[in-house]
Amino acid sequence: MNYKVDPGLYALGHPDADSPVFISANFKMSFDHLRTSLNDGRSGWILVLDTDGINVWCAAGKGTFGTEELAKRIESSGLAGVVKHRTVIVPQLGAPGVSAREVQKRSGFKVVYGPVRAADLPDFLDAGMKAAPGMRIKTFETGERMSLVPVEIVHAVKNLVWVLPFVILLSGFSGRGAFLSHALQFGSVSVIGLLTAIAAGCVITPMLLPWLPGRAFSLKGVWPGIVCAALFLFVRDVLWGLHPAGALETFAWVLVIPAVSAYLAMNFTGCSTFTSLSGVKKEMKWAVPAQIAAVALGAVLWVTSIFV
Amino acid sequence: MGKLVYLRNVVTLQLDQGTCCGCAMCTAVCPRGVFEMSGKRARIADRDSCIECGACARNCPEGAVSVQVGVGCASAVINSALGRTSACCCSVDQYQTSGKSSAGNGGCC
Ligand code: SF4
Ligand code: SF4
Repeated sequence: MNYKVDPGLYALGHPDADSPVFISANFKMSFDHLRTSLNDGRSGWILVLDTDGINVWCAAGKGTFGTEELAKRIESSGLAGVVKHRTVIVPQLGAPGVSAREVQKRSGFKVVYGPVRAADLPDFLDAGMKAAPGMRIKTFETGERMSLVPVEIVHAVKNLVWVLPFVILLSGFSGRGAFLSHALQFGSVSVIGLLTAIAAGCVITPMLLPWLPGRAFSLKGVWPGIVCAALFLFVRDVLWGLHPAGALETFAWVLVIPAVSAYLAMNFTGCSTFTSLSGVKKEMKWAVPAQIAAVALGAVLWVTSIFV
Repeated sequence: MGKLVYLRNVVTLQLDQGTCCGCAMCTAVCPRGVFEMSGKRARIADRDSCIECGACARNCPEGAVSVQVGVGCASAVINSALGRTSACCCSVDQYQTSGKSSAGNGGCC
């Protein structure tokens, strides 16, 4: 499937020399979003920049949606001959890459920053290109957070696959009976334990993000981790019918599940829209060593619990 | 829901009110509502909300704003620490999953 739009100038409706010019990225969804938002019978020009098929916000961060490309594209599209006015409407989320002043200097076009969400464009235009305060703020609602969960799970499970063989192999040594049945039974329980940790870090944490105590994501991830560890141990000991976990194994899970959950929660910083690099680095300084220590200790306890 | 805020007192954002001309550009580009106009000058009203995207610094005509730009993404920090090249990571708003995997940028989010 092709997610790119060819860069260049597009007509929306029946634009003339006075119609507004909207700047977009050549990521198909950015482009479509813009088009549908203006689909109430408006006409205008859409100037699509070459951002390698990446959306406006990410491309602006990389600089591909930027001053250089915008000035060049205005030039190469012959925009100055198409419209009489000298204004382009750039999505606000493109601002990290665009210097309005530079663009004006180089192309003669004045940059007006449109709202964060394309859906607010009609109101923005009707207000004479003025953004109401709410239009300037990038939000991060539950729906937006949850839409990112599937990718996070796939990532986490991919990493889990590496540990699986060890877990199942070692599980075979538990108890006195047949190696294979232990490997399968104890092993699958252990795999479920790890999946519980992924659920805590990748699903429950993003869902409850605003309400979890603590500011650091790692800390936020610990709480669902603890609850899920308790839940898992309850299911394991009471409902599963296995011989109950000993103290070592219990302690191992109480360490590993919250630590893995904290790690996964920490990685959700990149999906969120309210973390800074300085903040993330500060968090990682204490969180990563703590996570590694907890997982390492937990793994040692777990392996010990098998052989004692 | 109130605005979500990350760690306190950590961002590198600086505003030199002395050179500010009061054009209000920073209030227009900031996606986090960090700036406020007070009289003819900009003011940092909510520093802890800053995500260091750099929009303000790039668009301030007087160079009154400075910030160390970066993406607040732990995976990107880990990737670059491990020497992996795909240090890309971005908060994807309405565009979501298909965009990320399709964009041909490997480890992006
Ligand atoms: S953009 Fe710069 S000059 Fe304009 S109000 Fe903000 S700080 Fe002041
Ligand atoms: S760096 Fe971005 S979030 Fe921070 S104040 Fe500037 S525009 Fe706002």
